[in-house]
Amino acid sequence: MNSPKCLLYDGTFKGLLTCIFVAFDEKLEVNNILAPGIHKTDIFAENIEVITDETKAKRVWHGFQKFANHRSQNAVYYAYLSELPKIELDILRYFQHTFKSKANIHGDFTNKHVLKIAQTAKKVGREKHRMEAFVRFQLTKDKIYFANIEPDFNVLPLIEKHFTSRYSDQQWIIYDLKRKFGLYYDLQKAQIIQINFSKNLSLSEEKTRIFDTSEIEFQKLWKKYFEATTIESRINTRLHIQHVPKRYWRYLSEKNPLHK
Amino acid sequence: MRFDRIEEKLEILADAAKYDVSCSSSGSKRSNKNKGLGNSDGMGICHSYTPDGRCVSLLKILLTNHCIFDCAYCVTRRSNDIKRAAFKVQEVVDLTINFYRRNYIEGLFLSSGIFKNADFTMERLIQVAKKLRLEENFNGYIHLKSIPGASDELMREAGLYADRLSVNIEIPTVSGLKKLAPEKDHSDFIKPMKKVKNEIIQYNSEKKLIKSTPKYAPAGQSTQMIVGASGESDREIMLSANYYYKNYNMKRVYYSGYVPISNDPRLPSLGSQVPMLRENRLYQTDWLMRFYGFDVNELLNQQFPNLDVEVDPKLSWALRNQHQFPVDVNSAEKEMLLRIPGVGLKSVHKILQARKFRKLNYDHLKAIGVALNRARYFIICDGRGWEKQDLSASRIKSLILRNSAGKFRKEYSSQLSLF
Repeated sequence: MNSPKCLLYDGTFKGLLTCIFVAFDEKLEVNNILAPGIHKTDIFAENIEVITDETKAKRVWHGFQKFANHRSQNAVYYAYLSELPKIELDILRYFQHTFKSKANIHGDFTNKHVLKIAQTAKKVGREKHRMEAFVRFQLTKDKIYFANIEPDFNVLPLIEKHFTSRYSDQQWIIYDLKRKFGLYYDLQKAQIIQINFSKNLSLSEEKTRIFDTSEIEFQKLWKKYFEATTIESRINTRLHIQHVPKRYWRYLSEKNPLHK
Repeated sequence: MRFDRIEEKLEILADAAKYDVSCSSSGSKRSNKNKGLGNSDGMGICHSYTPDGRCVSLLKILLTNHCIFDCAYCVTRRSNDIKRAAFKVQEVVDLTINFYRRNYIEGLFLSSGIFKNADFTMERLIQVAKKLRLEENFNGYIHLKSIPGASDELMREAGLYADRLSVNIEIPTVSGLKKLAPEKDHSDFIKPMKKVKNEIIQYNSEKKLIKSTPKYAPAGQSTQMIVGASGESDREIMLSANYYYKNYNMKRVYYSGYVPISNDPRLPSLGSQVPMLRENRLYQTDWLMRFYGFDVNELLNQQFPNLDVEVDPKLSWALRNQHQFPVDVNSAEKEMLLRIPGVGLKSVHKILQARKFRKLNYDHLKAIGVALNRARYFIICDGRGWEKQDLSASRIKSLILRNSAGKFRKEYSSQLSLF
């Protein structure tokens, strides 16, 4: 009974909370919690499949809310969205530490799990902010502003509010190519969508068919602006790359040769 | 829209505006109302960065680069032989809206060369802002330049549509201004600044009584000074900055290393280096004044009129004031924690939280993010005494320099590399 257990869950936040419930309820010694598609490293641990259960998830979350303040709650959710390997285990330890101390533990940075959660949440927050900055909409013929993203972490749920309140008078889609889902805002509310892209999307005829004729002109203007605003005698490539890491360049129209 | 014409104008008028370093788009409280376009109620966003590493958050352009003045330090000076252009009001509005909708920018930063006279120019700038707010229902960020010498009525109107207003003082001393811009009067710069300050004070007091008082320049005002064009000391620059912070409630003072643009004998010659390191040290000093509780005289005074380029100003201060150290990280007041070299605002915040749970040692501090290579000579913490008390200031400085890699090191390391 005392051998370490490896919990398998469906990858959802509620699923993870259910795991935490099960770990407490059955007094399990857990040494890993895995989402689908992730392979475990410890071959001796016994696998237990945990079925997501809304009631159990809610009970854990409410219990957590009794001690944890808003900051802690956010930190845990942000850390979960990082999808980093083994982050689930840190979240479990964070909950255990909270319940044991019966207090909010967000500032206890000398505990390595607390620090890890805080730092991961910070990274996710940074990625969220980057996406708010680096999304580049392109206007389609249907008058929808469309953008592709491939963020390091799953930040689409976090940026919804920002884009809904900022662009409340235009239709827009932000699509996460990596995780294969997007948000579509229809002037009323944002909803989750999935799109089957045709394979030739990158071809220029395909682009002229989809996008508004003025689109390329505005991209040109933006690129021209970007070039004109640079001060040659101050060029500092290191600083530039530090602010705009290369992995984001492919979605920034100012950093790319124009199609057409 | 005639895209080719716009493109040409954009190139000229963005190029001319790029020496204005202000890029901030935060500090306003304009939220999206009635399903309009945009908001500027959160933190500012830098949507891109130019290859020189500066942030691009606003569409920063001049309305025109025609100018009746001939200031030596300015590219658009009358006597300079360059291409001139001017935007129509509607063109600026269309550009702003279309860039904003594509999430390229946070808003507009509109400045201008002075054509005809101050009021005529200011009026045009206001027209753009007014159109954006009233016709396009635009709630993004608008930064307008206050034109030196503009009338009080126009400054009042400008603040109703703009989030931020700024006048660039450009030359930190009155005598320097006389030399480089003899046609301009120092008091012309001060006039709109004073009006804006008073309007903001008035707005804040009226707001308490009447909630619906229309907003007035909610992101305040800022100014900019050129560094290294007219031979001022760091002390003169920072005293001047301090004066504007204190007397005009400036939100920000920007420092801009002079980029040589002419052969005028009054100025550094073409091809001379932009003083970027000095600029960086001035910003550090600015931060120490605004967020770390330092008085400008502690950092710069008659005895030390210029900042040390080799080390940051806080470290430099600490080395001159060793009698105030060591600081016990586990018990010191916040004010003193802020004065430890290598400990920033965020680290101070984390230390204050974490030490409630247990005493902190070197490993904890390192994990928190303290730069121990500098801090270690100035602190004591759990499990470790203060080992460095017998070291002299110059010894500590050389130890720190040897064990760290500053990003500007190559600019002053020629002597060091001999050893």
